[in-house]
Amino acid sequence: MSSPVTPIRRVTNVDALRRRQPEKPKSLLRRAWPLALAVVLTLGLLTVSVFTGVADITDTVGRGHEFTWITRIPRTSALVLAGASMAMAGLIMQLMTQNRFVEPTTVGTTEWAGLGLLLTYIVLPAPDIFTRMAVAIVFAFAGTLIFFAFLRRVTLKSSLIVPIVGIMFGAVISAISTFIALQFDLLQTLGSWFAGRFTGVEVGRYEPLWIVLIIAVIVVVIADRFTVAGLGKEVATNVGLNYERIVLLGVGLVAIVTGVVTVVIGALPFLGLIVPNLVSLVRGDNLRTNIPWVFLTGIWVVTVCDLIGRVVIMPFEVPVSLVLGAVGAAVFIFLLLRTRRVNVR
Amino acid sequence: MSVSGTLERRRVGPFTSNAHRVRYYTVLVSLVIAAIGVTLLVMSWDNQFELFSERWWRVSKMRLTSIIVMALVTFCQALATVTFQTVTNNRILTPSIMGFESLYVLVQTAIVYFFGASGLVQFGEFGQFLLQVTMMVLFAVLLYSWLLSGRLGNLHVMLLVGIIIGTGLGALSTFMQRMLNPNEFDILRARLFGNVGNAETDFLWFVIPVCAVTGVTIWLLARRLNVIALGADIAANLGMQHKRQLMLMLTLVAILMAMSTSLVGPMTFLGFLIVTLAYSVTDTYDHRRILPVAWLLGYVILSGAYFLLRHVLTVVDAVTIIVELIGGLVFLIVILRKGRL
Repeated sequence: MSSPVTPIRRVTNVDALRRRQPEKPKSLLRRAWPLALAVVLTLGLLTVSVFTGVADITDTVGRGHEFTWITRIPRTSALVLAGASMAMAGLIMQLMTQNRFVEPTTVGTTEWAGLGLLLTYIVLPAPDIFTRMAVAIVFAFAGTLIFFAFLRRVTLKSSLIVPIVGIMFGAVISAISTFIALQFDLLQTLGSWFAGRFTGVEVGRYEPLWIVLIIAVIVVVIADRFTVAGLGKEVATNVGLNYERIVLLGVGLVAIVTGVVTVVIGALPFLGLIVPNLVSLVRGDNLRTNIPWVFLTGIWVVTVCDLIGRVVIMPFEVPVSLVLGAVGAAVFIFLLLRTRRVNVR
Repeated sequence: MSVSGTLERRRVGPFTSNAHRVRYYTVLVSLVIAAIGVTLLVMSWDNQFELFSERWWRVSKMRLTSIIVMALVTFCQALATVTFQTVTNNRILTPSIMGFESLYVLVQTAIVYFFGASGLVQFGEFGQFLLQVTMMVLFAVLLYSWLLSGRLGNLHVMLLVGIIIGTGLGALSTFMQRMLNPNEFDILRARLFGNVGNAETDFLWFVIPVCAVTGVTIWLLARRLNVIALGADIAANLGMQHKRQLMLMLTLVAILMAMSTSLVGPMTFLGFLIVTLAYSVTDTYDHRRILPVAWLLGYVILSGAYFLLRHVLTVVDAVTIIVELIGGLVFLIVILRKGRL
């Protein structure tokens, strides 16, 4: 230790040496407290959501308290499930396309799910919710694969072209849906399906949404593979990953989430886009540690937007997709302008 | 004529060979004939009076408005899309993705929301129309000057911000519509429902000259478009202030789109459809050659579809939707066959 000659380290880059100065190892408590705090905040927010509404659920004498289990708890669970899973879907898609502006609503996945839903109503007189979901999932899967196939075939001049083309791609699918709906006199109902809302969530009408919980568990378990796949096909294959299979699996998981959420809730625009971007803005790009934050942020965003929608014209409600559309657009533009600055530097 | 022969004579101009020139004019002339034919067909179908007699005119006058509207809409869409694609250097975009229609809906909704149904009357029909067009052009110019000029100017960021603003504005107007009372909402709904059949025709006296002036301006500046099409670097090398020309062209596009949208409401893929077809039939990059073909082609397609759907198949209100569907399918095919964007 006291020898005057320091051992020569074989590091050619002096900066790398300097940066490798040992960091103080953080204790488990210090590492975990931000997340713990966030969880507590989330629970607080969800409690607010449970207590917001026309009926007074603290009223144990009258019938007010019955609403706790009929609507409030189901609605809050739906917020948690839909918010977390759509944010996760966006995260997976962004990793696999290596593009920060990709999510189910900017590449047409939602529109495909809607088309599937529409077709089920036309072919079957009264389809049950699982048939609708299955068809919506299949359509979402096929549509996303078509877009991915397109992405792989073309050389892109700019990463911003991807969402532009994706949105036009979605518009084509909407045009097809509009045409079919017009033929079968479903044009009026079409709009109300696509607007994501939690108004109709109550016991017995939202349970299929729990499917996304399974998907979320799967994603958490294999998160590292998506991180590696996000490094590109060459790197992923080099480290021994079956890239095609992971992409297919990822698209499948995204399609299931999008299909289920579209059928039960409706479209939630921009959620999958803004949440992962906000998280990686603050915390960088480690998927394994980011996943809980993506879940929590997704829940916050959806819950706050839903609360706004519930409060603003009480006793009526504004669908959450509208609030999300307006708020999400603003955040998206902020993110875009930020990348612009960074690129110039 | 052999290829080497054409090379020896070192032609300058839009056509590579005489055969090409002949083909172009054949296309142009047949489109003119087709346009006249479709117009006559629309006007005289089920019109049992003698052609061009006084009574015949009386019947067909009713249809004349639709014809004029279709001619105007395709004029706006064709010119705007050709210019927009050249300026953005991208053959798959159309200006309608830039949020114009959402702004159209938002302006209408905001009037009813803030001033009530009586607000529509208060503003007066023309005042409202003018407000609408001004807002659209202003929006576009502000967006361009904000995101396109200066050190950080970037075309793709501008496009994406335009699209996203469009989505956000769409959500905002649906939001406001939810807060309206049902009576006001009914009145608004009726106004928002644009179509060839019930187009806003009261202001044709205003729309036609504006379109004409804008169209002539684009025609006069068509040579600059040829230079812009070479790309920013080459255009700058040739002595053009690229960004300034971009903003000028996009402003003209905004005016045309505002006119088209206020006439028949949103049409996303019509422009794309006609311009893609026009490029593939003419095979030229000279804007003065492509512009008239695009317009005529668009007119023939739209009025042909109108004729078929209205008079033969008697599906009245679906014209725009079906044209959109065809345009959308063509878009899909083109995009899946393309190798580079």
